Amino acid sequence: MLENGWDTFEIGSILRPFEGSISDAAAILPEDRLYSKSNSFGISVADWRIEKPLFNKNLCIDCQFCWIYCPDMSIISRDKKMVAVDYDHCKGCGICVQVCPTTPKALLMFPEQKDEEAALSEWPKKEKKEAKEN
Amino acid sequence: MIQAKTKNLKNFSTSAERFEGANLLCPGCAHSIIVREVLNATDDHLILGASTGCLEVCTAVYPHTSWDASWIHIGFENGSSAVAGAEAMYKALKNKGRLKQPDRTPKFVAFGGDGATYDIGFQWISGCFERGHDMMYVCLDNEVYANTGGQRSSSTPIGASASTTPSGRISYGEKQNKKDMMAIMAAHGAPYVAQVAPNQWRDMVSKIQKGFATKGPVFINAMSACTTEWKFAPEDTIAISDLATDSLVFPLYEIIDGTKLNITYRPKNVIPVRDYLGAQGRFKHLFTKQYEYLIDEWQTRVDAKWEQLQRREEACL
Repeated sequence: MLENGWDTFEIGSILRPFEGSISDAAAILPEDRLYSKSNSFGISVADWRIEKPLFNKNLCIDCQFCWIYCPDMSIISRDKKMVAVDYDHCKGCGICVQVCPTTPKALLMFPEQKDEEAALSEWPKKEKKEAKEN
Repeated sequence: MIQAKTKNLKNFSTSAERFEGANLLCPGCAHSIIVREVLNATDDHLILGASTGCLEVCTAVYPHTSWDASWIHIGFENGSSAVAGAEAMYKALKNKGRLKQPDRTPKFVAFGGDGATYDIGFQWISGCFERGHDMMYVCLDNEVYANTGGQRSSSTPIGASASTTPSGRISYGEKQNKKDMMAIMAAHGAPYVAQVAPNQWRDMVSKIQKGFATKGPVFINAMSACTTEWKFAPEDTIAISDLATDSLVFPLYEIIDGTKLNITYRPKNVIPVRDYLGAQGRFKHLFTKQYEYLIDEWQTRVDAKWEQLQRREEACL
């Protein structure tokens, strides 16, 4: 059906998100799923971005705020730990950076072409806590 | 009521998503945050439908789909009827013993924007609620027809500048008040009606689970901050939602059986409505000398609504 254009698309057609039959999608993690060609998982919106979020593992406290508030399923969390950012589906909105609660933030926006190692080396350093007055 | 999976965010993050990325929603759109929170709230099979709106046109661009569950692409007005029809068919097949997996009960959810809910699909939703189908209707309330270029809907609040009610020298924008959809749906005698916001995820997920556990039609009104039409930066979606819930412009409450009202979120520090209005470009003109009086009117209206909700909660009416 994918070979036909949109103008030969019949009313009542079905687009299948998976290859073959699947009994329970909620029990299978995305990496173990057999996605079909008509699933939007296979396409990329990376060219929408001007800035990309970069992730600093050492500062992350695994609060998962970025995971719950990401509108594009681009924060990959496994076993209750934040693992990585999915750059195929991230549109660079920057919500994850805004909701990150640590100081300095574990996620920061950098220009799209920025090298990850260079960015990590110039990450803001943790400021030492000054003794509180009174 | 909250299941173990959603007791805290770390447990919740182990959910396998059934909504896929690379949909064409704007960066920073709250629609997909709401959809994810609804879909991840349950592990059961889902039968979904969506009325025409941003969500439908952006997640089913031929030849791609972003839904990993049964999902029906349907017209502007009849999203609720399509899902109600699927539910009626499921019930009939179950009675006849013709289901392949009779032990697994699917959940029926219809999504619709505020245009499809407040205006165009209203009669159809009313019918579904009157017939008492066992389904959930989630209204993604972004207070404007965002998909077609920002025309006003009956959910657009007073003073907002929309493309058919532009602000200027003569007019301050939208002149009508927002329709009180919650009261209307509760008046149908629906067993569960709730207002949610994606930034209060725990409150939202527990309400969704309560809705799934309820037998009968459930109406959920979800605030969906629209970065394009409310005119704020895409990274501020959660911050704007926080302003809306904390300034009580969008109070979070539930109505059980059409009568008993519970307020589920009371902000520790109530912030002035002025802060909420000032954060959005669609209310920019209210901060001129000519229209400044509208901000005080806004505050009075929000205070009165909050007072009324509290009184209703106390009186159990």
